[in-house]
Amino acid sequence: MSDIILQANHLVKTYTQRSGRFGFGSTKIKALDDVGIALRAGSTLAVVGESGSGKSTLARCLLQLHPFDSGEVLFQGQDLAKLSGHALRDVRKHLQMVFQDPFASLNPRMRVGEIVGEGLLIHGLGCVAEQKEKVQQMLERVGLEAADAEKYPHQFSGGQRQRIGIARALVLSPKVVVCDEPVSALDVSVQAQILLLLKELQQEMNLSYIFISHDLRVVRHIADEMVVMNQGKIVEQGKVVDIYNAPQQPYTQQLLNAIPGRKAA
Amino acid sequence: MGEILNIQNLSITPKNAPDRFLVNNVSLSLSAGKTTCIVGESGSGKSLTALSIMGLLSSQLQAQGSIQFQGQELMRLDNKAMQDIRGAKIGMIFQEPMTSLNPVLTVGYQIGESLTAHSGLNGAGLKLRVESLLQQVGIPIERANSYPDELSGGQRQRVMIAMSIACEPALLIADEPTTALDVTVQAQILQLLDELKTRMNMAMLFITHDFGVVADIADDVIVMFRGEIVEAGSKHEVLNKPKHPYTKALLACVPDAEGKKQLKPIDYAWLNGKKAAA
Repeated sequence: MSDIILQANHLVKTYTQRSGRFGFGSTKIKALDDVGIALRAGSTLAVVGESGSGKSTLARCLLQLHPFDSGEVLFQGQDLAKLSGHALRDVRKHLQMVFQDPFASLNPRMRVGEIVGEGLLIHGLGCVAEQKEKVQQMLERVGLEAADAEKYPHQFSGGQRQRIGIARALVLSPKVVVCDEPVSALDVSVQAQILLLLKELQQEMNLSYIFISHDLRVVRHIADEMVVMNQGKIVEQGKVVDIYNAPQQPYTQQLLNAIPGRKAA
Repeated sequence: MGEILNIQNLSITPKNAPDRFLVNNVSLSLSAGKTTCIVGESGSGKSLTALSIMGLLSSQLQAQGSIQFQGQELMRLDNKAMQDIRGAKIGMIFQEPMTSLNPVLTVGYQIGESLTAHSGLNGAGLKLRVESLLQQVGIPIERANSYPDELSGGQRQRVMIAMSIACEPALLIADEPTTALDVTVQAQILQLLDELKTRMNMAMLFITHDFGVVADIADDVIVMFRGEIVEAGSKHEVLNKPKHPYTKALLACVPDAEGKKQLKPIDYAWLNGKKAAA
């Protein structure tokens, strides 16, 4: 189908873990076991699972940040594994990531303007003055001020830093943004702000999101479709509404039943 | 009636800035067999309140007011007397089990440590007691010889719980005990804590930022905002009929599992206006 913007087929990724006495032995752990997903343009696909389910590995493999053993990732029909050098760099402009920890993901020694503008610099988009203006516009768009470009990350709160992370990802006008637990380190009131901001930006810039999360309440609010992962495998996928109303697999039912506050509600 | 802890007008300020209130005029009361949740965002003073009960405030901070535990004034106790209460009559569980456990000691030893310190239990008697504690928190007794890194996150938190209830405390303070855990494990731990509370008739002070968890475990709820209690009442009152604008605004931020609710971020400017008017 043509409206699928990002697709992964039969992804397999194994990690080798040292084991046994003194770590001389090794065991293979399948972080991704024949995983396939399809992201529709302009929509949000949530990847849900507990720790160790392989959801973050999937995110990294989609962006070619991790090599995988076999399978393919297609962006607008183009096989990313076959690209290298300049061609891959050109595509990467359209594939951006928002990270979980807004404290660890921003370089403390760079000014916010440099962090947000670095992508423009690397891709050689516009002259210095244009880049500066673009950065300021982006900062204002995510709810910060143009003057914040001169400040350092430590001068901001967690929610503001996540806004910086979003500005950094969106300044290149990407098509796909992979959000890896973007709100799990934030207070609920800040979480609500960031979720609404992501939704607004999605409509304005026609973004497609892969949204990695362990919080099923957040997923219910932001995603259109979802996949549920367990031990490197996809156990269930479909529309969010359908899965929440009638989960088919026992594991999905277990996850939904464990949502805190559900019994009392 | 059954009152275990009574805090009156507790205020906490930094020593070098005595007019900056981190906790401002907080009063609360806890009874046996009841779970009271303190809910609030980061910086609301919920953890500081818990730490001051245990006498574990940083030396940079000073507390004023009264904390009565079973009729005894804790604020006047010296460190030695406080040590007899801490871990024996008041137990505490922290958020991150890996950093609270000692990585070079077996979990059995760590659970037994407070028993030896407080009740002088030793040898075979101690071993039996530790095994019974492990059983109560749902860990196979062979695990007594394991080190913390050999256990999963949920099991580690179970070990922490076993340690905290070892001396059968009258009050258990749990500071975000499930925040670092997966949802299915979280559900198990919440159930375990609830069972233990009922069986041992403990008062439980449960600190969390998650209203879902509150709905599952609380009897009473206290909402804190910028160091002050803005609302307190039964779970039903606070969750279903919130009175204070901050409580209402905070509840409007919590996504629900049904997706019916429209999320609304807190409008702090509006809230400040309300607060000034109130």
